[in-house]
Amino acid sequence: MSAEENIKLKPAGAPEALTHFVRGLWQENAIFRQMLGMCPVLAVTAQLQPALTMGAATTFVLVCSNVVVSLMRNLLQGHLRILMFTLTIATFVTIADLLLQAFLPDMSEALGAYVPLIIVNCLIIGRAEACGSRKPVTTSLCDALGMGIGFTFGLCVLACVREILADGALWGHQIMPDAFVCWNVMKLPAGAFITLGILLGLSNHFFKKK
Amino acid sequence: MNSETSLIMVFISLAIVNNLVLIKFLGICPYLGVSRRVDMAFGMGCAVTFVMTISGTVTWLVNNLVLQKIGMGYLKYIAFIMVIASMVQLVEMYVRKFFPSLYESFGIFLPLITTNCAILGTCLFIDLWEFTFLQAVVASFGGGLGFTLVICMMGGIREHLEWADVPRALKGAGITLITAGIMTLAFMGFSGMI
Repeated sequence: MSAEENIKLKPAGAPEALTHFVRGLWQENAIFRQMLGMCPVLAVTAQLQPALTMGAATTFVLVCSNVVVSLMRNLLQGHLRILMFTLTIATFVTIADLLLQAFLPDMSEALGAYVPLIIVNCLIIGRAEACGSRKPVTTSLCDALGMGIGFTFGLCVLACVREILADGALWGHQIMPDAFVCWNVMKLPAGAFITLGILLGLSNHFFKKK
Repeated sequence: MNSETSLIMVFISLAIVNNLVLIKFLGICPYLGVSRRVDMAFGMGCAVTFVMTISGTVTWLVNNLVLQKIGMGYLKYIAFIMVIASMVQLVEMYVRKFFPSLYESFGIFLPLITTNCAILGTCLFIDLWEFTFLQAVVASFGGGLGFTLVICMMGGIREHLEWADVPRALKGAGITLITAGIMTLAFMGFSGMI
């Protein structure tokens, strides 16, 4: 089975992986195009630093679980596959959580329950279902990398807007003049919803071809 | 504070003041996906409340009586998600047997309750805030009710939004998110209650 697949897929393997990688960056961007994994997008983007950490953690879990799912794709079957995806993801999230606690304790504190919540990020299960369980390892790896970077990019854009407006700062450094009045609402949940709504509207307005 | 008042406080806190959807950002996917009509939103809310109450209770038992006792707390995420997945499977079998028409109308959204972050989130917050057993039961039920309340309100607003003249770029998710933002501002009025 796998030998036959290798013969069939090897010539087209590299370009296919590349298209999958590029597609995840913008064309099928998780946040602005597919609207997947919204909970962390809203919850951790009050500042740039936790947003970037969250993006990195999600990308790590996404890449690892997509590769593992791709490796065992011939063993998966029927309705049990979703359970297998979830367990694989939960394992890697536990690893990511322990790593964060060990090396970035203050970030781990700031993100709190949202790190274990990566388990139920629909983006990761979605990629496992759409790509990991169908495509060979290289394609799955590139696809996960592209999606992860696209997701991190979306998180960072939202976090930049919110941190500049809420604190007049970026990555903790003040960048706005002293006369700037901070928009406190941007720090609150309301600011998260409204900023994301407006950013989605802008991306639809400027980039969607009719 | 005696135990009854503390239970009422936990209930109000989870249902309104710390609302899962609007303040903790959990369960945004069904909130945006299933809130097109009030009746669908209500059905979804009931299913989520049911699963949430049972899994909140069972995960508390598993975590405190088994995992912490044998010192394997690091397995709790995997244990939690297993409990939730089996509860959803149970509900799915029950609904399919006794309410086939409801089962048809839910479609894919019923199994997707497993990946509803509101449920796992509640279990994690119960663990994080170190609730007692009764508090955990009340908290998970209150969280489910709060979810139902908010998703039904959103359904009602969106039924009216169908007829509104919304800028084309904001149609669908954009205007729903902005509406949710304004709703959050309203819910912040409750924050002084506790």
